Formats: sequence, C-alpha cells, structure tokens
Amino acid sequence: MPTLLPHFPATFIVTGNPLIYGAEVSIVLATVGILFVLTYFKKWRWLWREWLTTVDHKKIAVMYLIAALLMFFRGGVDAMLMRTQLMQPNMHFLQAEHYNQIFTTHGTIMILFMAMPFIFAMFNIAVPLQIGARDVAFPYLNAVSFWLYFFAALLFNLSFVIGGSPDAGWVSYPPLAGLEFDPGPGENFYLLSLQITGIGSMATGINFMVTILKMRAPGMTLMRMPLFSWSVLASSILIIFAFPVLTVALALLLVDRLAGAHFFTMLQGGNPMMYVNLFWIWGHPEVYIVILPAFGIFSEVVSTFSGKRIFGYSSMVASLMTISVISYLLWVHHFYTMGAGPGVNSFFAVATMSVGIPTGVKVFNWLFTMYRGRIRLTVPMLWAIAFIPIFAIGGATGVMLAAAPADYQYHNSFFLIAHFHQVLIGGTVFGMLAGMYYWWPKMFGYMLNERIGRWAFWLFNGGFYVTFLPQYLLGLMGMTRRMYTYPADMGWNALNFISTIGAYVMGVGFIVLVLDVVYSIRYGERDVTGDPWNGRTLEWSLPSPAPHYNFARIPTVTSRDAWWTGKQARAKGDAPAPPEPLQPIHMPKNSGGPFILAVIFFIGGFGLVFNWYVLGLLALLGILVNLLLRSLDYDTDYYVPIEEIEHTEATLRRA
Amino acid sequence: MTIAHDRLPARETRADRDTPLEYSLEEGALRIFGFWLFLATDLVLFACLFATYVILRDNTAGGPTEMQLFDVPTFTAETLILLTSSFTGGLGTYAMHQGSKRGLIAWMIVTVLLGLSFIGLEVREFAAYATHGAPLQRSAFLSAFFTLVGTHGCHVSLGILWMLSILYQLARRGVTAITARKVFIVGLYWHFLDIVWVFIFSVVYLNGVMG
Repeated sequence: MPTLLPHFPATFIVTGNPLIYGAEVSIVLATVGILFVLTYFKKWRWLWREWLTTVDHKKIAVMYLIAALLMFFRGGVDAMLMRTQLMQPNMHFLQAEHYNQIFTTHGTIMILFMAMPFIFAMFNIAVPLQIGARDVAFPYLNAVSFWLYFFAALLFNLSFVIGGSPDAGWVSYPPLAGLEFDPGPGENFYLLSLQITGIGSMATGINFMVTILKMRAPGMTLMRMPLFSWSVLASSILIIFAFPVLTVALALLLVDRLAGAHFFTMLQGGNPMMYVNLFWIWGHPEVYIVILPAFGIFSEVVSTFSGKRIFGYSSMVASLMTISVISYLLWVHHFYTMGAGPGVNSFFAVATMSVGIPTGVKVFNWLFTMYRGRIRLTVPMLWAIAFIPIFAIGGATGVMLAAAPADYQYHNSFFLIAHFHQVLIGGTVFGMLAGMYYWWPKMFGYMLNERIGRWAFWLFNGGFYVTFLPQYLLGLMGMTRRMYTYPADMGWNALNFISTIGAYVMGVGFIVLVLDVVYSIRYGERDVTGDPWNGRTLEWSLPSPAPHYNFARIPTVTSRDAWWTGKQARAKGDAPAPPEPLQPIHMPKNSGGPFILAVIFFIGGFGLVFNWYVLGLLALLGILVNLLLRSLDYDTDYYVPIEEIEHTEATLRRA
Repeated sequence: MTIAHDRLPARETRADRDTPLEYSLEEGALRIFGFWLFLATDLVLFACLFATYVILRDNTAGGPTEMQLFDVPTFTAETLILLTSSFTGGLGTYAMHQGSKRGLIAWMIVTVLLGLSFIGLEVREFAAYATHGAPLQRSAFLSAFFTLVGTHGCHVSLGILWMLSILYQLARRGVTAITARKVFIVGLYWHFLDIVWVFIFSVVYLNGVMG
C-alpha cells in the first residue's frame, strides 16, 4: 500500500545501462552549462522578462518551435536506436526492456511532444497575422498552454533517468499497462505527462477557435479567410471534441493504477477494450488534428510559389470540414481484430475509405493550382511537392488497411508501420518543415539558407523512401511491429538493413537542417521587405519580425488573398487610401502566472508518479491559489501610446 | 486579458442600451464564447464517463448492485437541492440584470449554501458505501459509479470555491462589466452541472433502482 510519506523505489535513479549513464551525465552537463551561460552573461532577467513571462503569440510560437525541434531530436534518436537494433538478425545492441521503452517513448514523443507543438508553433505565428488580429483571444491562456506542454515534456523525458521510461507502447493498452503487469512508475509518467499536456492542447483549441471566429479584421468573411486559418479552425474543432476523450481514458487508467479501481483490469469486471475504444476515439481524430494544419500550409505554399490563387478554394474548405466530421467515425479501424462483427467492421471500413474522397479533392486542387503556374522551387515548395507522391502511396496503403478482412493479415505488422509513417512524416512533418521555412523570416527577420535547405530536403526525402518502402515488404512477409529481434532465416535481413541505412540518411538530413538554422542565424539573408516570398496573405504586409502589437492599424479586407490584391491594385497605380489616424493599442501585460502554474503541475505530476499524495495535494492547493490570484488581478492590460507606435513604426520601416 | 480591435463592428452595434453588462466589453463577449466551448469539452468528458458507466454497470463481480446500494430519499434530496440551487443562481443573475448588487449577493450566498449541502449529502452517501463493503476497489461497477458521480461532485466543489471568490470580488468592486462577466460565466457552469446531474439522476439512480 502506498504511504503518505515519500518512499523511494529501488530504481529511483535508473542504473545499469551505459546509454542511460551517458544520458544522465549529458543531462547534468547540459544543465550546468545552461546555468553557467545564463549567469555568466547575466541573462536571467532577460530570460524571465522576454520569454518566461511573455504572452505574445509570436514569442510563444518561437518557444513551441524550439521545443518541437528538440523533441524531434529526442524522438529521432529513439528511432535511430530502434533501427540499429533491427539492422541485423539476433542483435543485442539494446536490452529487450530498453527496446520496449524506446519504441514507447518514440511514438509518444513524436505525436504528442513533437507534432503537437510543431503545429501549435505554426498556429501561433501565422493565424493572428493572417486574420489581421493583434493577438489570440486569450493571450494569458496561450502562455498557460505552452508552459503546460513544456513541463509535461520535461516530466515525460525525466522518466528516462528517474524511475524508468514507460514501456507498454505509445497506446499503452491495459491490461499490459495496468498495475498487475507493469508495476513501475514508467506508466505513471506516461499517464500524467499526457494528461498535463492534454489540458494545454484543449485550451489551445478553444483559444484558436474563438480567435478565428471572433477576431478577424473587418471585411474578412469566413470565405475570404486564408486556407491555413481554415485548417486551424478545423483542427481546433477536432481538438475540442477529441481531447476530452483522451483525458478520460488516461484518468481512468490512472485511477486503476493509483487507487486500485477496476475499469480495465482482468478481474472484478473490468473491461480493457473500453480503454482501447476511448483511446482511439481520441487517437483517430488526433491524426487529423496534426495533418489538417499541414494541408493548410501546403495550400499557402503551393499558391504563393505558383504565383496563382488556390484552385477550388470552396472545395478546399468543404473538404477540410468534411474530413473533420468523418474523422470521428473511424476509430474502430485501429482494432478490427477486436471482433466487433461484420456489421460494425463494414461501417468503419466504408467510412475509412470515404476519407480518401475529400483528401483526393485537396490533392487535385494543389496540382491544378500548380498547373500553368509560375512555379518557384524554393525549399518550402520542395517539401510541398515531395509530400504529394508520398501521401498518395500512404493513402493507397491506407485504403488497403481499411479493408477489414484483409486487415486481419496486415494488423500490427510492419506494413502498418510503413503506412502511418508515410502519412505522418510525409504529411505532418513535411508540412511543418515547409511551414517552418516559409514563415521563418516572419518569425526571426532573416531567411534560412536555401542551398543548405535543399541538401537537408534531399537527404531527408531520399532517406524516407529507403527507410519505409522496405517496411511494406517486411510487413507482408510477416514481420510484426515492436519485435525485439528476429532469427536470421526469415528472409528479412536485406530489407531491414536497407531500412536502417535509410533511417541514418534521414538522421543526417535532420542534422543538416539544424546546420541550416545555425548557419542562417549568422549568415542568413536579412528580410528588410517583410514580404520575401512575394506573398498573398496579410502576414506579409507586416515588417519581419512583426512589432509586438502586429498591426498599427487594423486592415480592412475586401477580397481573398488580401495582401496580393492590394499589391496588384498599387501596381496598376491605384493610390492607397490615406492612413487613418493611429489610436492607442490595447495590449495584455506579461505575467509569470502561466509559468508558475505549469511548474506546480509538474511538481504535482511528479509526486503522483511515485504515489506521493502529499505532494499531489500541495500541488492541487497551489493550482487553486494560482487561479485565485489570477482572478483577483485586475491590472492585466495597458495601452500602447500613439507616440510609441509612431516611433516603433518609423524604426521598423527602414526601406 | 484580450486584445480588442480598435474598431470592431460588433462592438459599435452592440454598444446600445440593450447589451447586457457582461457583454459590454469585447473581452467579455470573447470570454463567454470561449467558456461555451469549454463547456463543450466538459460535456464530452462527461459523455465518456457515462458511456463507461453504462458499459460497466452490470459488472458487479459478486459485490453490491445498484439496486442494493442506492437510497431513494438520499438521491431525491440531492436532486431537489441541486435543482433549486440552479434556480437561485438564475435569480442571482436576474437580480444583477436588475442592477441589484444586494439581491445578487444574497442569491449567490443561497446558491453556495445549497451547493454545500448537496456536497455534504454526497460525501455522506459515498462514505456510507465505502464503509459498507462497496468501495471503489470492489468492482468495475463501483469504480465507474464513484468516478462518474465523484467527477460531478468535484465540479460542484470547484464551483462553490469559484463563487466564493466572485462573492469577495463583488463585495469589493461592485457590479462592473468585469464582475458581471464573471457572475455570468460561473452561472453557465453551475447550470451545466445541473444538467449533468439530471442525467446522473436518470441514468444512474433511477435506472439503478428500477432494475
């Protein structure tokens, strides 16, 4: 029985594995290094004032982006370790338990701690600027979302060195993930960190739905809104209706583990399949939550670099909304083998295949937008073009998997692994990288180097095919997922070897990508125009980076692609309307509240991982006090005076 | 704090005398809309708990059943008290719209007291089950019961703390556009919990005792 006083499990600090010793040493060194640099350069105050307390959506976007790239690295290292383990038969590069932990953390990190913050980085940098708003609807809540994510990621990663990583797969199905078969604290790390970041994601969904529906510039009707903002709206709707289901699934499993309940146990009437259903009622919409913003980015990028307005705007909107509805009716296709019967399986099979229709509409619209366009092969455009064949293959194998009777063969084989990496990397990761290159100058004021970017692109894209096409064949040859090692006589050796080489090439591609960022910080071309791509939407009407209030004057919108039509009109010689007089701008004040709130969540989460209920209770109290103090704080906003706006605008518009 | 556009059409047209106080700042309108979306997430959360309960209600593992546990006078009293508190909460908002700060505070206090007595009854009910061979750990049915009804109870408890904080702010600052928005939002929350209870009453308790 758990006691009220902290009791340290024997394995509080993980020991006995050279990889983990290495990680422990490097974590300590990195922490000391960061503390030293901050102190030596007297940057503590700067860190607190400019970043930890900021409520500016543009800075929050930067923090999300950095966090996403760091987690991309961690998840990528996991992938490299797994592929090394599988490179040859009978390998013992990793211990079996360690292998279980690595595939669990790889999946969890890539979906929840890499893809989610990456899309949120794009939400934050682009949406307010595209719709002509000065920030999101709830800037304070936006900061809360980020810091909850950040500390949840910290909690999750901490499990690697303290207590032990979760090891029941990223889906964490009971009864395997239940107390009986998985008694260590690893699963608790998984449950609590996902719970904390899930709260943040829900708040982000609400925030952006309100922002988009209520804060568009005058004249920007919904059907004049840029397609990226449309995709964020669709994604936010999905977040709002899907994430609470994850909350329940995780909470019930946590109650099972901490309080000895019997939701998903094998005894006392528990029903493990209930967890599987709840998990995928969230899990399936989740893949659309991360893919729809990528679709939005492709729409912006393809249109900009083809020099044409998007083909079939209305059908693009319709297909986004259709996908978001259908995505709720698919979840059972993740476990046809549950045996729900032919009627149920048929329904979900047909629904699954029908998603191909709106998706196909979108692909054809992108192709028709490029058709007879003046295409510029910039790095963002390369990622967008490369996405199309990968997604076509991934979509086709998706339809194969959707056929319920055939799925009994493919289920949980490497065929499935290849399929979902094809759509998630080819879709979400390529989309986010396109968006990163596209909006980078708007975020930082300089361009990423195109030449190095091309190297990164070709390595990553080439390595991608080499990694995953062999996995389809391995799946058809019977290799199942999560397999620790395999005997030499299965005929899988060559394909596994090729796949591992491809993974290494992708790893090199990622390193080149990071090199591009490092190189460009120093040597990147400064963007003094604010419109380096000859863009079409309102974010390009602002200097790069945009001033903290975004728009000195809120624009009035009269058409789609508002910035483009304005440029066309000026090129024809139409005199722009005389600027209206400036007015003081209403802005939120910075606050340390969100950061502190998230720290308390972290402490409470860490306490519950080890069943230290006192710490959990103290944290609950701290959270309530934090909320109360925020409610009693009436001094949360201020006005930027006109003189300051004039001064800022004069220094920004150097050209 | 929200960022108001300098010239948002909605603000100009709404700024007539018919606008309720809580909607008079653009920020208030945004927050109320945001809270409706939060309620949507909470609704989904309860829907999942209800689904889990319905799936597991018969899995009693030889332990006590719904029929043996539920006590008609107790849950009837809980229901009456909570429904009444929702009504008095509504009366508070009505008093606020009439411009009566005293009426608002008085009705909110009544609402808080009713909420407290509801929680008191529920705690007594839970304690009785737990000490008479029907704790959460006994069976899947009891796990689902305590979690569903307990989640609602936690919501109500939070609502009581929330209303106390707003009462304090009302006493200090009076009825302003900001405090009015807070009263209105906690009212939405309270009515929402009332609706959830109606489902608990009918799905859990009524169905349970009727077999």
